Amino acid sequence: MNSNIFVIIASSAIFYGTPLFFAALGGIFTERSGVLNLGVEGTMLLGGVTGAWASQHVPGSAWFTVLAAIIIGMAAGALTSTLLAFLCVTLRTNQTVAGLAITIFAGGVGLSSYFANVWKVAEAPVDRQVRRLDVLGWADVPVLGPILFNQTILTYLSWVMVVLASIYLFRTRFGLQLRAVGESPQTADAMGINVVKYRYLHTILGGALAGLGGVYYSLAIVPTWVDGMTKGAGWIAIALVIFGFWRPSITLIGAYLFGALQSLSSTLKARNVQISGDVLDALPFFMTIVVLVLVSTRFAHRRLGAPAALGVPYEREER
Amino acid sequence: MKSAVRMTGIVKRFPGVVANDGVDVDIRAGEVHALLGENGAGKSTLSNILTGLYRPDDGTVEIDGHPMQFSSPRDALEAGIGMVHQHFRLVSTFTVAENVVLGEPDSPFMMDAARVAQQVKELSDRYGLAVDPSARIWQLSVGEQQRVEIIKVLYRGAKVLILDEPTAVLTPIEADALFKTLRAMVAEGRTVIFISHKLDEVIKVSDRVTVLRGGKTVGTVETASTNTRELASLMVGRSVEFNRIVRSNPADVAHTVLTLDGVSARDDRGREALHDISLMVGRGEIVGVAGVAGNGQRELAEVISGMRPLSTGRIDVAGESVQSGRARSAIAKGIAHIPEDRLHTGLASSHSVEDNLALKNYRSSSLSKFRVLRRKAIRAQAADLVRSYDVKTPDTVTPVRLLSGGNVQKVLLAREFSSLPKVLIAASPTRGLDVGAIETVRARLVEAAERGVGILLISEDLDEIMSLADRIVVMYEGRLVDEVAAEAADRERLGLTMGGSTVSGGAR
Repeated sequence: MNSNIFVIIASSAIFYGTPLFFAALGGIFTERSGVLNLGVEGTMLLGGVTGAWASQHVPGSAWFTVLAAIIIGMAAGALTSTLLAFLCVTLRTNQTVAGLAITIFAGGVGLSSYFANVWKVAEAPVDRQVRRLDVLGWADVPVLGPILFNQTILTYLSWVMVVLASIYLFRTRFGLQLRAVGESPQTADAMGINVVKYRYLHTILGGALAGLGGVYYSLAIVPTWVDGMTKGAGWIAIALVIFGFWRPSITLIGAYLFGALQSLSSTLKARNVQISGDVLDALPFFMTIVVLVLVSTRFAHRRLGAPAALGVPYEREER
Repeated sequence: MKSAVRMTGIVKRFPGVVANDGVDVDIRAGEVHALLGENGAGKSTLSNILTGLYRPDDGTVEIDGHPMQFSSPRDALEAGIGMVHQHFRLVSTFTVAENVVLGEPDSPFMMDAARVAQQVKELSDRYGLAVDPSARIWQLSVGEQQRVEIIKVLYRGAKVLILDEPTAVLTPIEADALFKTLRAMVAEGRTVIFISHKLDEVIKVSDRVTVLRGGKTVGTVETASTNTRELASLMVGRSVEFNRIVRSNPADVAHTVLTLDGVSARDDRGREALHDISLMVGRGEIVGVAGVAGNGQRELAEVISGMRPLSTGRIDVAGESVQSGRARSAIAKGIAHIPEDRLHTGLASSHSVEDNLALKNYRSSSLSKFRVLRRKAIRAQAADLVRSYDVKTPDTVTPVRLLSGGNVQKVLLAREFSSLPKVLIAASPTRGLDVGAIETVRARLVEAAERGVGILLISEDLDEIMSLADRIVVMYEGRLVDEVAAEAADRERLGLTMGGSTVSGGAR
């Protein structure tokens, strides 16, 4: 029963979807403040490589090392997006260009692989990993066990986050102010809300979550360091933000859908299904295109939910 | 009487402009004080200083006798100063209550929608500001949105309310309701600063008037002891006549240049915005389209200029049919268009003056050869037009967005008239311009009419329509609901029909 293909796919959908969700949730915060972060892919890779390094080098008990790796990976992501915030919020550069620059600068052939070389991260295995747990000893319960009770601690953390993030965005005054900053910074400014502060904080928070997604790749999914190992997950995350209408709950579902597609290749190969691996590997990206087309045609003339000031630098009107 | 706000020697410089050059204003507690001046006189800069958006380069601001220095709008709000901006500061996807509570400094961590809704309701009942707290802003009319703005500042406990051109977007009836609200607020001891360049309403609503001109204070007068003529001459620095422009060459209605026959069209959201509109404009006739913004005027201008397809009906220019939704066909048939949004729809704002002037006729053989532009010819055409339309620009390669509003409009007029049109669609052609530029634009329109151009003048400004048009039609919810000859028109009737009331006796 537990080897039923649907159980395997459902279980790995959650397993592979979790880092996508982290990065996409980060994207929600960033974009809700009106900043478009196209640097997610590069930010994830920097989180991943620093996390892998920390897992190999931070001394202490295993769980302490893993915790340190998570924190260091998130800090690396936060630092990367601080640069983005400086470019986009303070210098008011074009946000598309700034984000692409970050991804190229930090990405698979940039800073992250440079660090990997200098620190020799790829030459050793990442032994201290984020492992799947056996919650309450129910991992072997038929069907639900592998799906719900055999995930990593980070997946359970993401479930807490989806609730907290939804409350924060839609029930608290900080969420209200954040959304106002992303919808109409002029209004927010006139109401005495510090637009620059909100944009910085949420861009940095978004980067930290992207970094966490990266750590998940190098400590849970692979787990070792390979240059460019996120393989475009950052781009999928950006599409997921749109797919989820800038709402954490819908985005979580979307993340699992794409997680399922990502896992399909390895699952089917293991089952000797004769489909080219390349086609399967391309599926998530193909689906990204399909989703974006669907979302932008059918709802084009309705209110999609995109923050109105997304991608627009804010400047007090002077002449 | 006690001063609520006293501003002395205020100076504010922007690169290249001194917006406020030693302004003195003394506003008493419990009065409606009007700030009167042309565009660019420094009214908005002054109010932005008072609300903490700008910091003055020199001068002092005293609130209730205490010197204050605001470094942000929040400081000003805490000192009891609230601003109702001309362009609303509302988040359109939020509810009324959410907008009201936004930025409230001591609101609890979790929002309590019911509590806020209750308070909004109390305020709206007290001051006659009817609005539903749970409605979303984009669902509201412009008048309702303005009420939300007022409730917002009242909710924050403002003692001094600044209203920047509040009636610009209102129907006459809505404006009268606003004036009642303002009187109710001063009766409770609040102070209102009313920024306007409309003389009638300043006389109607204010207790005292301070007139600004060119960034300086001209003087403060008691409203009871002045009149519109005196205020006008203070405002522009010379005496101004408010009369109907007399035409030497009357309209030739026997020759129709523009015919709309049963025209219907949809708006961007797919709803029917124009219902069965039939209209004729004669040679040299100016037909004014009055109405509150959002009643189909934009769509009307767009269908005639070929920017929006018709769903039914037809449009003819001098007997020739115009292809639906084809701007090039409209241009070829002789339709010129001055769109409402000059810098976005009318011109390519970051392109040069000369390129913009060539945008309509660059295909002609004089400006291009084998599809390659002839720069010299384009520049020569631009130099001619800049001279004859008196466009103030450093040179012809300056981007149009760097020009002032009046000069931007002159560039647009020059381009549209140089194509020798038969018909001109002018949408709010003088909105946002100062008195000098308004006079120029109006004179150009009348000149064109004298040459035989049929003009459809779409405007919210009743005075403009009444002084220029030969015939006036009123638009309401996508229909033409009234039609009068200009001599027979009166403001009250137009105001009523613009607001959707029917006039007994029907259309003449």
